[in-house]
Amino acid sequence: MTRFDGEEAAQVHRHLHAHLPSDPALRVKALESLLVERGMVAPETLDAWVEAYSEHIGPMRGAQVVARAWTDPAFRERLLANAAEAIKEFGFEGHATGNLKAVANTPTDHNMIVCTLCSCYPFSILGMSPAWYKSSEYRARAVREPRKVLEEFGVSLDPEVAVHVWDSTAELRYIVIPERPAGTEGWDEARLAAIVTRNSMIGTHRTLTAEAE
Amino acid sequence: MFKPDDPLKPLRPQFLEGWHAQALALADTLVTNGAITAQEWANTLGAALDEAERSGAPDTEDTYYNAVVQALETVTVTGTDIKHAEIKNRKKAWTEAYLSTPHGQPVVLRTGG
Repeated sequence: MTRFDGEEAAQVHRHLHAHLPSDPALRVKALESLLVERGMVAPETLDAWVEAYSEHIGPMRGAQVVARAWTDPAFRERLLANAAEAIKEFGFEGHATGNLKAVANTPTDHNMIVCTLCSCYPFSILGMSPAWYKSSEYRARAVREPRKVLEEFGVSLDPEVAVHVWDSTAELRYIVIPERPAGTEGWDEARLAAIVTRNSMIGTHRTLTAEAE
Repeated sequence: MFKPDDPLKPLRPQFLEGWHAQALALADTLVTNGAITAQEWANTLGAALDEAERSGAPDTEDTYYNAVVQALETVTVTGTDIKHAEIKNRKKAWTEAYLSTPHGQPVVLRTGG
């Protein structure tokens, strides 16, 4: 699915060889040095954040949560009642999402998440949001015409399936619990987690399959 | 834009530019430290994104991260004692430091301001 993007590669190349950083990079550098001097942020905290979000924190965290919800009915109940509390048992390092709501798909209901204001997203369990999630087009259209947006993601819903669009805020983020696919009976959590896609936890992918590894 | 680009483990890097990561790290740290609230950050970023859209900026990740920097400057001025002029001067100082440092050597800020 990922393809070579010549312009992107050229951009990275230019970035590596240009001596003077770009205008926004210099603005960030100015802010960082001032905030560090004032003691508002510690350089090691910033380094740890960047390393964590570049290397360690990603959708595999959310996939583990979904897999457990599929295999442990009591956990699923706790997750749907209070997701932030329920995911504590995973012991994810770093601060997890403080206020999190899990919404479960069923044969008659489909959930999808958006942030119409900016880009609120459950970073601590899904990693960085995809570029399209942050686009103004998705932020506007996900609410206005969710079925059409879903079709563009390749999700065709029967008319009787209700679509629920959840607008994330700074205070409350969402994760979609997709339906467990048929043919996965007896699978353990790790094997199940491997078939859970990031988009299925945002709600722009609906039907997971046992083969999609 | 709506390509299901999705694998579990993204093949492209999480951040295309180092400053993208640094900017979000600064914002998240300011929220975590209590200098600004999560709501203030969301509102300020939302306003910067609206402004970018109104000005006709393309709907791209680059535009998004430029709005992040814009919002970061705004919350820094409103949430700390750092002033706009100081940010501007510091940026100028870094620019001069880069331009006067031979390639390959560490860039050091010489002025305090």
